[in-house]
Amino acid sequence: MDVLVCVKRVPAVGAEILLTADGTAVDTRHLGFTIGPHEECAVEEAVRIAERTGGAAGVLTVGAPETEEQLRYAMSMGADHAVRVDAPGADGDPQATAAAITGALRDLPPYDLVLFGAASADAGHAQVGVRVACALRRPVVGGVKGIELDDGCVRLRREVGDGVEVHEAPLPAVVTVLEGLNLPRYPTIKGRLRAKKAPIRVLPAAPAAGDLRLRRLRHRPEARAATIVLGRGADAAPAVVDVLTDLGMVRR
Amino acid sequence: MMLAMVERDGDGALTAESAEVLATARGLAEQCGVPVGAVAVGDAGDLPDDLAKRGIATLHLLQHELLADGEPASVGEALAGLVTALRPAAVLAADGGRCTDAMAWAAAALDAPLATACTEIRPGDEWEVTRERSGGILLEDAVLAAPVRFCTLRPGGPSPSETAAAAEVTVHVVVPELGTSVPRARLVERTRRSSGMTLASAPVVVAGGRGVGSAEGYGVLEELAGLVGGVVGCSRVATNNGWRPHADQVGLTGTRISPDLYVACGISGATQHWVGCMNARAILAVNTDPEAPMVSRATWAVIGDVHAVLPAVVAEIRRRSEGG
Ligand SMILES: Cc1cc2nc3c(=O)[nH]c(=O)nc-3n(C[C@H](O)[C@H](O)[C@H](O)COP(=O)(O)OP(=O)(O)OC[C@H]3O[C@@H](n4cnc5c(N)ncnc54)[C@H](O)[C@@H]3O)c2cc1C
Ligand SMILES: Nc1ncnc2c1ncn2[C@@H]1O[C@H](COP(=O)(O)O)[C@@H](O)[C@H]1O
Repeated sequence: MDVLVCVKRVPAVGAEILLTADGTAVDTRHLGFTIGPHEECAVEEAVRIAERTGGAAGVLTVGAPETEEQLRYAMSMGADHAVRVDAPGADGDPQATAAAITGALRDLPPYDLVLFGAASADAGHAQVGVRVACALRRPVVGGVKGIELDDGCVRLRREVGDGVEVHEAPLPAVVTVLEGLNLPRYPTIKGRLRAKKAPIRVLPAAPAAGDLRLRRLRHRPEARAATIVLGRGADAAPAVVDVLTDLGMVRR
Repeated sequence: MMLAMVERDGDGALTAESAEVLATARGLAEQCGVPVGAVAVGDAGDLPDDLAKRGIATLHLLQHELLADGEPASVGEALAGLVTALRPAAVLAADGGRCTDAMAWAAAALDAPLATACTEIRPGDEWEVTRERSGGILLEDAVLAAPVRFCTLRPGGPSPSETAAAAEVTVHVVVPELGTSVPRARLVERTRRSSGMTLASAPVVVAGGRGVGSAEGYGVLEELAGLVGGVVGCSRVATNNGWRPHADQVGLTGTRISPDLYVACGISGATQHWVGCMNARAILAVNTDPEAPMVSRATWAVIGDVHAVLPAVVAEIRRRSEGG
């Protein structure tokens, strides 16, 4: 079975997020980049499915040349091939991203399963996968935490408020996944070396614009009182239990 | 008009999130001088009475055999058809899961933008929204440049204002045309999980990160959680190391929680973790590093090793309960 995973390059932010002077983006000058955890699980799943079925696992991203770093990371985890849809000025609008992916999927050899993260780690629009499914008229199941292959279809497990649902989708299908689907592997040295030299196919993006126009980013106003330090080490235990008692969490 | 997509729980009652969506839709409708219509899938049940109390006089009921499974392709297609017929100024729904998926399908079918995770919607010549990014640590102001504005709303918006009840609710039953030859996903099984305290509902969460050091190290967290009526949570480092199941993970890609007390043990407080616990009413941080972001954001902190502090706290609770 051939599986494709769509991944997005996102900044790996620490405990503070700095914004650019014009306030329209995260200041990434001192940051590394990564793919989101949902997508990492999607790559892991694609590699496992390809291994099990003797198929191939591909990864695709829409973006500028530097996004190839994330494609190579996915290949170091075991993906067999990679595609970059060249969109140098892409601003991440979900309609435009979905159009670029849809266009590429029409040009690429067919995949049985296309996996997305349920939401990207930075923008979190939570819609690119469903948009692609709609454009391609493919069945889609979102927020999946378990994938089982059956004859010509996939069985997909998702968690809802008080229970678990299993959906069945005929192939080819689109699935958006959540972290927890599996425990992604760490790339091996051998994997890294292989990925370093692997070719990356570059496709032009279908020209598309979107209509969600970002004006500016802001920090959420935070109102927190100064921290009260209850003490150091084991000596702080009585003070901690006093607090728990005041909160009504341990009986007086 | 404003369209508000609403959902009902297993007992047929309007969900709390949907009640907020209705309140927001009503507020926007008043600003714009247009009516509100609710949209739901399935039978009317008690919904018309409930809507009347909330001052909503129109209900569109989408009915089709294929809609029962709630698959986003079917619900999205039906919603897109309704939007084409009614031309609302905006379509609102609760954020998350199936609702967002159906909204994304409908918006895609109509080549319209969708703003998810909105905290505020400002109508005008140009409609602007504020939405959460990176799990809510950042807010984004964006323009929705389209004649129909699809928005999903984060919970916790302004509480609904008092309103005059609607005298009568007009129910329009809509049977959408859904292509039967299109391949669709089907719901084949639904099981209830055992009820009980979950990470999301527990009043106290005792969470551990890298500082706990091993899977066995969580024993003392379990013990404390048991004594204070809470559950154990963890950071992504713990999940990735295989110390805890992902179901325990707090954060952007784990669970977002709002307990009365969050005890963060050996957790640094990276933004992706912080967005999962920032709505806790109080935070107690236990960390060897007094400069850790979790410490500076906490209500209370203890500077020290998890495995020195927690056993002492557990012993102190035991001592007092035995002595008392
Ligand atoms: C897109 C994305 C999404 C993510 N989603 C999540 C998420 O949902 N949840 C999540 O948790 N993370 C998430 N992360 C990871 C996140 O960025 C951090 O890497 C992670 O939260 C760090 O976990 P930690 O605090 O346990 O470890 P560290 O950051 O390594 O911190 C360990 C802390 O423990 C303290 N410590 C060490 N030893 C002891 C001791 N003996 N006693 C007491 N204190 C001690 C240290 O001083 C330090 O503060 C995500 C990352 C990305 C890029
Ligand atoms: N630029 C991109 N290139 C490839 N895939 C993307 C891109 N942006 C988003 N995606 C995919 O779409 C999913 C959902 O993104 P979003 O709708 O932004 O939350 C992500 O988890 C990725 O799988």
